[in-house]
Amino acid sequence: MIGGLFIYNHKGEVLISRVYRDDIGRNAVDAFRVNVIHARQQVRSPVNNIARTSFFHVKRSNIWLAAVTKQNVNAAMVFEFLYKMCDVMTAYFGKISEENIKNNFVLIYELLDEILDFGYPQNSETGALKTFITQQGIKSQHHTKEEQSQITSQVTGQIGWRREGIKYRRNELFLDVLESVNLLMSPQGQVLSAHVSGRVVMKSYLSGMPECKFGMNDKIIIDKQGKGGTTTTDEAGKSDLGGSSGKQAIAIDDCTFHQCVRLSKFDTERSISFIPPDGEYELMRYRTTKDIILPFRVIPLVREVGRTKLEVKVVIKSNFKPSLLAQKIEVRIPTPLNTSGVQVICMKGKAKYKASENAIVWKIKRMAGMKESQISAEIELLPTNDKKKWARPPISMNFEVPFAPSGLKVRYLKVFEPKLNYSDHDVIKWVRYIGRSGIYETRC
Amino acid sequence: MPAVSKGDGMRGLAVFISDIRNCKSKEAEIKRINKELANIRSKFKGDKALDGYSKKKYVCKLLFIFLLGHDIDFGHMEAVNLLSSNKYTEKQIGYLFISVLVNSNSELIRLINNAIKNDLSSRNPTFMCLALHCIANVGSREMAEAFAGEIPRILVAGDTMDSVKQSAALCLLRLYKTCPDLVLMGEWTSRVVHLLNDQHMGVVTAAISLITCLSQKNPDEFKTCVSLAVSRLSRIVSSASTDLQDYTYYFVPAPWLSCKLLRLLQCYPPPEDGAVKGRLVECLETILNKAQEPPKSKKVQHSNAKNAILFEAIALIIHYDSEPNLLVRACNQLGQFLQHRETNLRYLALESMCTLASSEFSHEAVKTHIETVINALKTERDVSVRQRAADLLYAMCDRSNAKQIVAEMLSYLETADYSIREEMVLKVAILAEKYAVDYSWYVDTILNLIRIAGDYVSEEVWYRVIQIVINRDDVQGYAAKTVFEALQAPACHENMVKVGGYILGEFGNLIAGDPRSSPLVQFNLLHSKFHLCSVPTRALLLSAYIKFINLFPETKSTIQEVLRCDSQIRNSDVELQQRAVEYLKLSSIASTDVLATVLEEMPPFPERESSILAKLKKKKGPGAVSVELEDGKREGGELNGGGERGDTPAMSASNASTPSPSADLLGLRPAPAVGSAPPSVGSLLVDVFSEGPAAASAGVNDDGFLSSAPPPAASEEPAPPLPEAEDLLNKFVCKNNGVLFENQLLQIGIKSEYRQNLGRMYLFYGNKTSVQFVSFSTAVSCPGELPTQLNLQTKTVEPLIEGGAQVQQVVNIECLTDFIDAPLLNIKFRYGGALQNITLKLPVTINKFFQPTEMVSQEFFQRWKQLSQPQQEAQKIFKSGHGIDTEVVKAKLLGLGTALLENVDPNPENFVCAGVIQTKGQQVGCLLRLEPNAQAQPGEQMYRLTLRSSKDTVSKRICDLLSEQF
Repeated sequence: MIGGLFIYNHKGEVLISRVYRDDIGRNAVDAFRVNVIHARQQVRSPVNNIARTSFFHVKRSNIWLAAVTKQNVNAAMVFEFLYKMCDVMTAYFGKISEENIKNNFVLIYELLDEILDFGYPQNSETGALKTFITQQGIKSQHHTKEEQSQITSQVTGQIGWRREGIKYRRNELFLDVLESVNLLMSPQGQVLSAHVSGRVVMKSYLSGMPECKFGMNDKIIIDKQGKGGTTTTDEAGKSDLGGSSGKQAIAIDDCTFHQCVRLSKFDTERSISFIPPDGEYELMRYRTTKDIILPFRVIPLVREVGRTKLEVKVVIKSNFKPSLLAQKIEVRIPTPLNTSGVQVICMKGKAKYKASENAIVWKIKRMAGMKESQISAEIELLPTNDKKKWARPPISMNFEVPFAPSGLKVRYLKVFEPKLNYSDHDVIKWVRYIGRSGIYETRC
Repeated sequence: MPAVSKGDGMRGLAVFISDIRNCKSKEAEIKRINKELANIRSKFKGDKALDGYSKKKYVCKLLFIFLLGHDIDFGHMEAVNLLSSNKYTEKQIGYLFISVLVNSNSELIRLINNAIKNDLSSRNPTFMCLALHCIANVGSREMAEAFAGEIPRILVAGDTMDSVKQSAALCLLRLYKTCPDLVLMGEWTSRVVHLLNDQHMGVVTAAISLITCLSQKNPDEFKTCVSLAVSRLSRIVSSASTDLQDYTYYFVPAPWLSCKLLRLLQCYPPPEDGAVKGRLVECLETILNKAQEPPKSKKVQHSNAKNAILFEAIALIIHYDSEPNLLVRACNQLGQFLQHRETNLRYLALESMCTLASSEFSHEAVKTHIETVINALKTERDVSVRQRAADLLYAMCDRSNAKQIVAEMLSYLETADYSIREEMVLKVAILAEKYAVDYSWYVDTILNLIRIAGDYVSEEVWYRVIQIVINRDDVQGYAAKTVFEALQAPACHENMVKVGGYILGEFGNLIAGDPRSSPLVQFNLLHSKFHLCSVPTRALLLSAYIKFINLFPETKSTIQEVLRCDSQIRNSDVELQQRAVEYLKLSSIASTDVLATVLEEMPPFPERESSILAKLKKKKGPGAVSVELEDGKREGGELNGGGERGDTPAMSASNASTPSPSADLLGLRPAPAVGSAPPSVGSLLVDVFSEGPAAASAGVNDDGFLSSAPPPAASEEPAPPLPEAEDLLNKFVCKNNGVLFENQLLQIGIKSEYRQNLGRMYLFYGNKTSVQFVSFSTAVSCPGELPTQLNLQTKTVEPLIEGGAQVQQVVNIECLTDFIDAPLLNIKFRYGGALQNITLKLPVTINKFFQPTEMVSQEFFQRWKQLSQPQQEAQKIFKSGHGIDTEVVKAKLLGLGTALLENVDPNPENFVCAGVIQTKGQQVGCLLRLEPNAQAQPGEQMYRLTLRSSKDTVSKRICDLLSEQF
């Protein structure tokens, strides 16, 4: 179990230190600073064992969050907790920065008291927390007795993530499918590895205690229904490009759900049913590796002209429906370490040599599907005396597209509220797909 | 920074550095550096030439980036360009870059060397100094190759400036230290010595460092420096503190120079010239006098400088070791420091006193401070000072104060720092042994030692106790009693159990009279510790038990019970199991007589250098030879003994006759005196018990074959056989394995086996020294008509034997027909340049080819009568060498290779043997009869030996051989 939790700024000064167990001494704080933050060699492992004590850390901008334990804990649990902690803090005061932490340290200690008990993670649902840990300390005392008992019964009750008696005039529901697509491609255009990790994020403003059911084009469910013979499978068209309405099923490699989802029902019927929390939350996470739609193709051409010159030409092709627009496109072309000058010509967007990052950065604001664009650069090199060859790091790319590269489709989201008189049709539902680049690289 | 002219401001550098310092994270720093590097690259690449100032600035930035830990792979060319600038600052930065980022890129090195050469030949002293500093800072072999010839010239040139001379001297010193072979002595050397007379003190100080270093390698060449140094020293010492203005440091005139002068003098013996010597003694006296004067300043720098000179002077006095007066004065001065409140001074005083104590003149003077030193040992806070105090106590110990010092050291041991305990234990052990007047005190001390610091008592220490107890009859009873008492403590250290087990096993009988320590009580006491001990100790205890069976027959059943129980006889450790099985069998089968012989009391150990001392020497650093060597030998012993390991236990006498496999080859002793205890036991070293399974069988062994041979004389020709070669040969008549030869350098062990007419002999050459033997060669030759009788084949050995190493050589032997002479083994090698030449006789005798023949009485006499021709018989009557012991004789006859026939001779006292000698051509049957007259007085005992064989030469030869054995 977690023995303590420390938050450091970039200099290694302790901003927050909360110790839950006696086996963690004060010197653990210094041990992490000396051995990880100020280490001579950059420490890349997120788990470090120093003097029989394990340190798990995550870094948010310049802030280090470190969980410490002497026991053999489940590392995945600790990291899940740390990420949750980050989410909670973001939900309370926005960006995690040194200043924000300093301004909210009373709140953070209060939160830490609540979400970790003797090192065991407790309810970390932001919505629930916000009902009884507020940023206006005084105000909380004006809760009526009724409200307080309501909070108590909610927090200790079976459905800890939703309180009773919520009422909205308009029952609304937002559903975002957020995916990040990762790729490594050889110079010849062969896919070396590719996968999509996605999240389904919901924002719900529903009255009462609604029961929801979520359906998507998961291969197993579709197959099941197909066997049942209830729907005609012929309609499932072949894969169209970029967010067509085809009923192609996708194979999900693995997925995790929000605590509100009834796992037993998922196990038996493969159906996702739940009572949603109020407000924003992440319903599920998933990963796919098959039949990924790659939104962009990068074709590099690098030619070395003598010892002092390098010619680079990169073509990018968008590979989705022409009606869709990709945004925030950025291509990063690494340059050798002995670059002494760069000339760039590009047809579209803006390109610049960034010396501090040793790369040419080419930015395009918008690009429609099935188009192509090109950049060419002349790199001048300074002859060096050692013969170290340039390792040619891959060209990487960033973008945002309005469809799910995994091919995931939301088939339905049904809402039932038996006690209140609104039906599924009365709920306004919004669905949005966003595909972003993760690590999207092409070797050159 | 104020606005300065564009020349040395380098504002860009300052901005860059402050940017880096303000970076919030590593990533930001790397970004900033990347940006700067790109900027510099574009600047260096730019077509327009950069001016010197920008070049300097960018090179400086690169240097800074490099020092931050990033790789720099360009800019070298620009730095080299800076070298040719005429501005000091630019040149300086160029040199700085070169000395920090030197790489052995050939084209650049050429350019750099060129620039340095130019600067060296310029008349500008600052440029010359910069160049010299660069050479010294780089200090590589390439630099030495390029400039080793040039620098001495600059150093001794008449028109060189003083500051350049200083730099040149130190630069040369640096080059000499990296590549002494490249700095050649020449006519400049004598002129360097004369730099000692230079007006400029800085030059003298620099030159003296160089001279000290050079004179250590070539003392003769710099001999003249002694008188110059003395006169220089006396001038400094006698000068008033104001004379040497710039070189007076807190009222002490030129302290560094004085120290260096004194240290230089320590490289040479005392000056022979009376005048010089007088002057030097005067100087030393003045220094000692000055130490007594009240300090001129309260500042610590003043006293430090003064004491530095004083300690160097004392070191010189100790080095000369010829002026009793000065030595005593030095000792008194140090005595004052012993109570000084500066810890460093106390440390230095103790350290210097340690060396003083070894001088005959000052030993007594040192001894007067014993109380203070003991006090220091007890109260000193700093462990390193306490250790020096312990060292000093060790050094000042002699017969008169040994008891006191040993007691103090023992009491200190209880609180001593863990890191020095082992050394302390060794020291106590050595002192206790060296100055023991009364051995009961010695035994007490060592047992105390084991009690207090058992973990730190090494093997050697307790081996030594046992050696001493065994060699001293007077202390054995006391030792047994003390050990018995010590073992009664509920928890005692394993080393104590080892000593206890060994001593009670040997001398338990001496205290068995007391009912409180009756045999059974002793046994139970030992056995109560058994289960807590490690395997080697348990093995030792098992041997002690079997000895108990011999000493106290009444314990036999109890001990057999113990041996028989599953935890012994089925122990998973093969050593313990084998011992248990063998001892159990031995105790149940052998008669009491056999048992008594097998389990004979250990014979005295030969006196030789204490192994503890060797260990201490090793701990101290050099002389690490001895222990390695011992390891090598132990290995040899195991090799030699390897054959016997698998044998069935020592229940039959035949096995008992084989030499103990565990006998340490080193353990040679002179032949026992005539008439003393029966000839037995060749194995001596104590680790016999912790070694082989045949510890019991080690009891019966052969005789005095083990006498060590005197060192052979070296000569060029293959040396004639050693005078004692014949003796050595005789020692191997009845045995196949052992040490053939040993002197200070070399040890030759033998292991041999014979079957039918074939034999194979393994020779082990062990290098006992730490130096390697070169051109090592051996040759086996057959003199006279031996080549027709014996066929020998050898493989050549490696010409190099490393110090402490052992090499093996195999000799294959085929017996063609019977023979008399033994083949010769000639060994030649070079040890430290001197040729060593040794010739030995290989112990191949005709009896090695015996096949034993069993026959009954009737058959024997029938054959005996068949061989009745006079030439077939050989007879000898001779006096017994060592008294008559039936078991020993039996063992020897079996070792001869014949079958010992029981119940053949009507007289049971007589020994009868039969065997067939196998040669390639024929088989020679051989019958033997040995008749002792055991009833005669000791010293009058005689043997009659009769041999009959089908070949007269064989009868004669075997008769000769065998008669030497009894």
